[in-house]
Amino acid sequence: MTKVKITIGGINKDAGSSKEYKTGGWRTMKPEVDVEKCIQCLKCFDYCPDGAVKKTDDAIEFDLDYCKGCGICAKECPVKAIVMKVEEK
Amino acid sequence: MSEKEDKEMFASGHRMCAGCGEGIAMRTILNEAGPNTIATVATGCLEVTTTAYPQTSWEIPLIHSAFENAASVASGIEVALKQMDKKGETNIMSFAGDGGTFDIGFQALSGMFERKHNVTHICLDNEAYMNTGIQRCSSTPYGASTTTSPAGKFSIGEDRPKKPLARISAAHDIPYVATATIAHIKDLKKKVRKALDADGPALVHVFAPCPTGWRHASNDSVELARLAVETGVFVLWEAEDGEICDLNITHKPKERKPVGEYLKKQRRFAHLTEEHIEKIQKEIDEKCEQYGF
Ligand SMILES: Cc1ncc(C[n+]2csc(CCOP(=O)(O)OP(=O)(O)O)c2C)c(N)n1
Ligand code: SF4
Ligand code: SF4
Ligand SMILES: [Mg+2]
Repeated sequence: MTKVKITIGGINKDAGSSKEYKTGGWRTMKPEVDVEKCIQCLKCFDYCPDGAVKKTDDAIEFDLDYCKGCGICAKECPVKAIVMKVEEK
Repeated sequence: MSEKEDKEMFASGHRMCAGCGEGIAMRTILNEAGPNTIATVATGCLEVTTTAYPQTSWEIPLIHSAFENAASVASGIEVALKQMDKKGETNIMSFAGDGGTFDIGFQALSGMFERKHNVTHICLDNEAYMNTGIQRCSSTPYGASTTTSPAGKFSIGEDRPKKPLARISAAHDIPYVATATIAHIKDLKKKVRKALDADGPALVHVFAPCPTGWRHASNDSVELARLAVETGVFVLWEAEDGEICDLNITHKPKERKPVGEYLKKQRRFAHLTEEHIEKIQKEIDEKCEQYGF
């Protein structure tokens, strides 16, 4: 087990450090986007609880380090550009 | 897309369950508030999942208060900044779940309102004490099965209606009170902005479905928040300067959907019979009539 140094008052100056923890391993379903279909409405971006949808120049992409596979993006996409597939490990 | 939105103020890697409504709420709210914000958070799923020491998902200064006093700690921060002549430069926010707002945090919240601190309180409402295992709360709706209001042969589950937190808050004559959901992102952002810009206390009550506690599919969280509004289960409104007699309904469903569509997607309501659902429908009809639609 790694030892954690406790600071005085438990003060943590490492803002946003949860990014060190990769939640992608929780996933059982994996999103895939069809960039041809995407109209860049960014609904999937707004509705992702994990900040795992990234904007690209002409569509979106997923940050699979954090995507937990909830499937909200696929359900909310107005043009059905996202499908959920069983994760293969 | 503004630059502000490009830097995420709520970091990934938090431990919320897949599909958690609180995650959607927090990204929207913190991105709107921006970096010049200090927050307090009461104990609950939001705190536990975002502050696994030595990590944090918050990109802004945060104090984890006790379960009951997020609004008091925020009041203290506001007064301290005033003493330092930094009044009004920084957003001060307190965050709590429904348990930490409707029930145990209510005294602290009411005190913050009454003393007119310039604090925005955000209530993330998932209608039970989720972090400790789905116990009923005064926010739990009639008919929901929880671990302390279990449905059974002699029980319908929760047997009391939901406490009208936002209306009670507005009755404190504070500058801004609003209800919002995770399905209505633009509306949520606008309301958070108004709350932060108000000169004095504000409350934004955010409806945030919880797949684990409500026992629904993880991809249904946004759909359920939308259905709650379209069925009239949850009414979107805002009240400025305590105008509770003249609420501004911010989204009126064109045609209300039957409440069964909302209830049947959640296993916490799976035991309800058609008669129960009719009863709930009747109560919603009466409530919506009061709201004028
Ligand atoms: C004084 C006190 N009583 C009880 C608890 C245990 N406790 C921690 S979180 C929690 C439930 C939080 O529920 P809620 O505020 O609705 O947030 P949620 O987890 O549902 O998001 C309880 C009962 C506590 N931490 N402190
Ligand atoms: S919701 Fe669909 S169309 Fe909109 S940005 Fe995401 S993938 Fe593209
Ligand atoms: S129990 Fe519910 S509120 Fe808590 S992290 Fe899981 S989905 Fe979110
Ligand atoms: Mg709760």
